[in-house]
Amino acid sequence: MRRAAVPVLVVLGVLVAFWYAVAVPMNIKGVLTEAQRAGVVVVPESGADRRAASAWRLVTMNLSVVPDTWAQARPRLPAPHQVAIELWETTAQKKVTSKRSLVYHGWVTLSATLLGFAMGTGLGILLAIGIVHNRVMDMSVMPWAIVSQTIPIIALAPMIIVVLYSIGIQGVFPKAVISAYLSFFPVVVGMVKGLRSPDAMQLDLLRTYNASQAQGFWKLRLPASMPYLFASLKVGIAASLVGAIVGELPTGAVSGLGARLLAGSYYGQTVQIWSALFAAAILAACLVGILGVLERIVLRRMGGRT
Amino acid sequence: MSEQTVIEARNLDLTFQTNDGSVQALRDVNLTISKGEFVSFIGPSGCGKTTFLRVVAALENPTGGSIVVNGMSPEEARKQRAYGYVFQAAGLYPWRTIAGNIQLPLEIMGFSRAERKARAEQVLDLVDLKGFGGKYPWQLSGGMQQRASIARALSFDADILLMDEPFGALDEIVRDHLNEQLLALWARTNKTIGFVTHSIPEAVYLSTKIVVMSPRPGRITDIIESPLPRERPLEIRETQEFLNIAHRVREGLRAGHEPDV
Repeated sequence: MRRAAVPVLVVLGVLVAFWYAVAVPMNIKGVLTEAQRAGVVVVPESGADRRAASAWRLVTMNLSVVPDTWAQARPRLPAPHQVAIELWETTAQKKVTSKRSLVYHGWVTLSATLLGFAMGTGLGILLAIGIVHNRVMDMSVMPWAIVSQTIPIIALAPMIIVVLYSIGIQGVFPKAVISAYLSFFPVVVGMVKGLRSPDAMQLDLLRTYNASQAQGFWKLRLPASMPYLFASLKVGIAASLVGAIVGELPTGAVSGLGARLLAGSYYGQTVQIWSALFAAAILAACLVGILGVLERIVLRRMGGRT
Repeated sequence: MSEQTVIEARNLDLTFQTNDGSVQALRDVNLTISKGEFVSFIGPSGCGKTTFLRVVAALENPTGGSIVVNGMSPEEARKQRAYGYVFQAAGLYPWRTIAGNIQLPLEIMGFSRAERKARAEQVLDLVDLKGFGGKYPWQLSGGMQQRASIARALSFDADILLMDEPFGALDEIVRDHLNEQLLALWARTNKTIGFVTHSIPEAVYLSTKIVVMSPRPGRITDIIESPLPRERPLEIRETQEFLNIAHRVREGLRAGHEPDV
C-alpha cells in the first residue's frame, strides 16, 4: 500500500503542475486586459496587438502578472486551488439545504442515479435471464439492446422528459429513466455472459441429477454469474450518474449537478462548472468504490481466495 | 453374488449429425454388465467409449438398437437416481465448500438438511477426506478434488457409478494411489462401475471386465473377462497373469487401429 502511494502521488503532482502551467497561457489575455484597466503597464499596450500575439509570447513578456492568472474571478481555466476552494466552500461551509450547496445538488442527482441504477440493473438482469433461457428472446432482444445504445443519449433525453411530462410524470423519475436506459445495457451484456459461463460438463452434471431448469439457475448459473455481475454494475453505476446529469440538462432543471453545470456555463462561472464536474467525478468514484467493497464481501463469502 | 443384469446394450447405434455430414460414434454395440462388476472401456480417441457411457447416463440418445439400465430406459433410470457420474474434471463449485459441493445433488433431490449433512460426512469418510468438508475446492490438491467429486457422485447412493477418465488429468503417482482407493471403495460398496480410460495398466488393474473399442466407427473389438482376484495389491501389476491380460488388450487395440495415424 505504502509502496504504491509514491508513484500515485508523483503522477498526481505532475498532473496538477501541468494544470497550473496551462492555466497561465489560457488566462493571460484576460488578465492583461484587467491589469491594463487597473493602470498597470502591459506589453504590448494595444489590445489588438495582444489579440494577435501568441499566448506564450504574452506570458514571457509579462511575467509579473503570471500569479494573477491563477486568481481571476471568472478565468477561462480556473487553477486547481480555485476549484478546491470552491468545492470546500460549497460543500462543507454551506448548509446542505442551501441552493448553493453542492451536497444538496449532489443528492438531487444521486437520488435519480440510484433509482435509475436500481431500475436498470433489475431490467438488465431480467432481460439476461430471458435471453439465456428463451431462444426467441435470445434472437430478438440483444440486437435491440445494442441499437438502443447507439442513439446519442443527449438526443433521446429531451424526448423522454417531454413524453413523460405530457403524461404528468416529472421530478426524479424521468431522470431515473434516462439513468436506467444507460445502465441496463452493461448489466445485460455481463449477465448474459455470466449466466452462460458454466461449461457443458457442469450442465451435464446437473442433468445427471435430473435437476430442473430453475434449480440449474439458482444453484449454478446465478452464483457463477456473480463476478460478471459486479464488473457490469461498476460500469452501470457510472453510466447511471452520467444519465442523471444529462437528464438535468434539457429541462433547465434548477437543482442537481447537471443544473449547476448548465447555470455555470450560462453565467460564465467556470469555477462553478469545474467544481460541479469534480463533484460528479468524486461521486462516481465513491459509488464505484462502494460496489468494489460490496464485491469483495460477496465474493469472499462465496469462497473467494482474497 | 447374484448375476443380476444391470446394463444391457443390444445392437446399439449412435450417429451424430455434424456440419461435415454424419459421424457414426457407435456401431452395433452389444454388451451386458452384471451387478457388482467393474467394467473398463479402453480405446483411442473417437472410439465411442465416452459416448457409450453418456448413452447409459441418458446424456445422448441412441439412433438404433436398445439399451436397458436396471430394467428400464436410461431416462427413467436417471429419474430413479440409478447412477452417479464422475467427469474428467472435478467440476466442484468454487463458491461451495467441499461438503456443500457433496450436498448439491442431495439438495436437488430434496433430501432433508440433517440427512444431507449425515450423508456428506459418510461419503467424505469413504473417499478418505474426513475433516476437509469445510474447505473450499481451491484449498485442495487436484487428486483430493477428484476424490471429492467421486464423493459427490456417491452421496445419493446410486447403484451404478459411471466414471469418464476421472484420473486422466492427474500424475501417475496420484493416479496409482487413487486406483488403489477406488478398488477399496468398490469392494466396500459393491457398486457397479463403468470406467473410461486411456491407460492399459489402469484398465487391467481395476477391472473385472475390459471392453476394448476402436474408432471410425466406434465399436467393440474385444471383451476380456479378467481372471485376476477381486483383492488386488498394486504389486499384482508385475505378475505374469497381469501382463498377459495387458498384452491381450494391446492386441485388441492394435487390431482395431487403422494404420493411417
